[in-house]
Amino acid sequence: MTRQKRSHHRLKRAVAPYLYLSPSLVIIGLLMLLPMVTVIGYSFQNSAVLRRDPSFAGLKHYQAIFNDPVFWASLWHTLYFTCMSVIFHMTIGMVFALMLNSDRINPTLRNVLRVLYILPWLFTAVIIAVIWRLLLEPNGVVNSVLMQIGVIGSKVEWFSSPETALHAVTFANIWAGYPLFMVSLLAGLQGIPKDFYEAADIDGAKAYQKLIFITIPQLMPIIISISLLDFIWTMQVFPLIWITTGGGPIYSTEVLSTYTYKLAFSSYNLSQASASAVVILLISLGLTLFYIRYQKAR
Amino acid sequence: MRKRHTPKDRLITVALHVALAAGLFFAAFPIYWMLSSSFKSNTEIFALPPTVLPKAFTLEAYAAILGDPVKLRFFFNSYFVAGAVTVLTVLIALLAAYGFSRFNFRGKGSLNTLIISTQTIPPITLLIPFFGLVVSYGIFDTYVALILTYLVFTLPYAILLMTGYLNTLPRDLDEAVAVDGGSSWTALWRVIVPISLPGIVATSVYTFLLCWNEFLFALTLTKSTSMRTVPIGIQLLMGQHAFEWNQMMAMSVLGSLPLLLIYLIAQRFFLAGMTAGSVK
Repeated sequence: MTRQKRSHHRLKRAVAPYLYLSPSLVIIGLLMLLPMVTVIGYSFQNSAVLRRDPSFAGLKHYQAIFNDPVFWASLWHTLYFTCMSVIFHMTIGMVFALMLNSDRINPTLRNVLRVLYILPWLFTAVIIAVIWRLLLEPNGVVNSVLMQIGVIGSKVEWFSSPETALHAVTFANIWAGYPLFMVSLLAGLQGIPKDFYEAADIDGAKAYQKLIFITIPQLMPIIISISLLDFIWTMQVFPLIWITTGGGPIYSTEVLSTYTYKLAFSSYNLSQASASAVVILLISLGLTLFYIRYQKAR
Repeated sequence: MRKRHTPKDRLITVALHVALAAGLFFAAFPIYWMLSSSFKSNTEIFALPPTVLPKAFTLEAYAAILGDPVKLRFFFNSYFVAGAVTVLTVLIALLAAYGFSRFNFRGKGSLNTLIISTQTIPPITLLIPFFGLVVSYGIFDTYVALILTYLVFTLPYAILLMTGYLNTLPRDLDEAVAVDGGSSWTALWRVIVPISLPGIVATSVYTFLLCWNEFLFALTLTKSTSMRTVPIGIQLLMGQHAFEWNQMMAMSVLGSLPLLLIYLIAQRFFLAGMTAGSVK
């Protein structure tokens, strides 16, 4: 009797975790994994979604994309936008974190500044886009100040001239994204044992030596994992670019996400858009594998 | 300990404070500009030279937004969708997190990896199949479409965040329930949930934030003005009256209010969610 009861209990313990996980797994399976398979399927069909019985297209849509100069331009813009964003997010985040962590400022000021430095992170991409459009309007405050101090001679159309648009959206994205690094690095800095620095002081180390030989190596795991996540997420940015420039002028800020969106919902070429979406998925998955491997190795 | 009063040392302290001020300007000026523009008249926004403080302080932009039922509907939609997704996400994630945190089972490692990797799936990749599904099930332009799709993106974060929190709670608590003959289900609701409130709040805050900010799916899966959320509303406002900058700024301020309030009231919960992706 008791043995039976115990084995019943054991069976319940064995099944329970799957029951607890089942709602999540059903949702992730049906609404994430299945759509991923579906989109791969679409990319091999003619008139996917639009027709009930689409015919098999082979690699046609992939060829179309790889022969499209706009695709390659988008890839290049995505790469520029992402690399610059990650590099500056990291640099600004690091500088702010180090400044806030200094024992030269008083604790109240530090707390106030910490709250204020995080501010850009609190705003939705759409709002960030609108704010920067107002700031960078040809008649806006940035042009007016820059002209007054003589940096520029005439009004610059930051978002609507092909020479500056990509830099302008990248700058707006840099502004919006550094707080993630700052907060993570600040937490990391507080976790570095104080004796490391005391030992370095006894050896007569200079401030920059402590930075290079203690602080940065200690923060390396955080820097690498946040950079990878930031890279993956920045690569997928859509609303900021959609609202500021819409990919223009003349494709100068077209990135993979806006390129794919336009193929799907402006040209209604959902098959070719699917092929492009699969390419983005593959790049993301490659980076994700790298990220997971790194996390496991840690 | 440290020699503090050498001239060189004082210079470094002064330089640091100058740099802090510059950093503050960089971080806060755009936000200040949004706020101050929302209290200006539309003609004053482009006055030359620009006015740092509104010369003629006015609430006309706010009155225009809050007096327009179409725009109030955007806010209702955003609150409703974000609220519904938050409740569902937290419930479902709590169960999954309990399974991950309190049981050992076959496939645990791979499932955990699966959930971590779903965080990085590009939204644009899922958009096209979602569009196909939503249209074929006849839920295009409904709350259901938005709620279901948002759930997929909030769930992985919520599970990781909740699992992390449950792992910090001592196991003896729920083991005590098991010794008394209670099931794991009883232990979850009687013991775990009451002491997990901070974790639940942090997860809710982060989920709400993700939904509130969502743009791509709201843009594509809804069509009628009465179904649009705040981010889309702001974009529509830009299309309609390209020059009503004060209204756009007022709407942006109102659209940022929930996040700002949550941040100021519950900073630690907010930061817990913000770094959630990177801790695990």
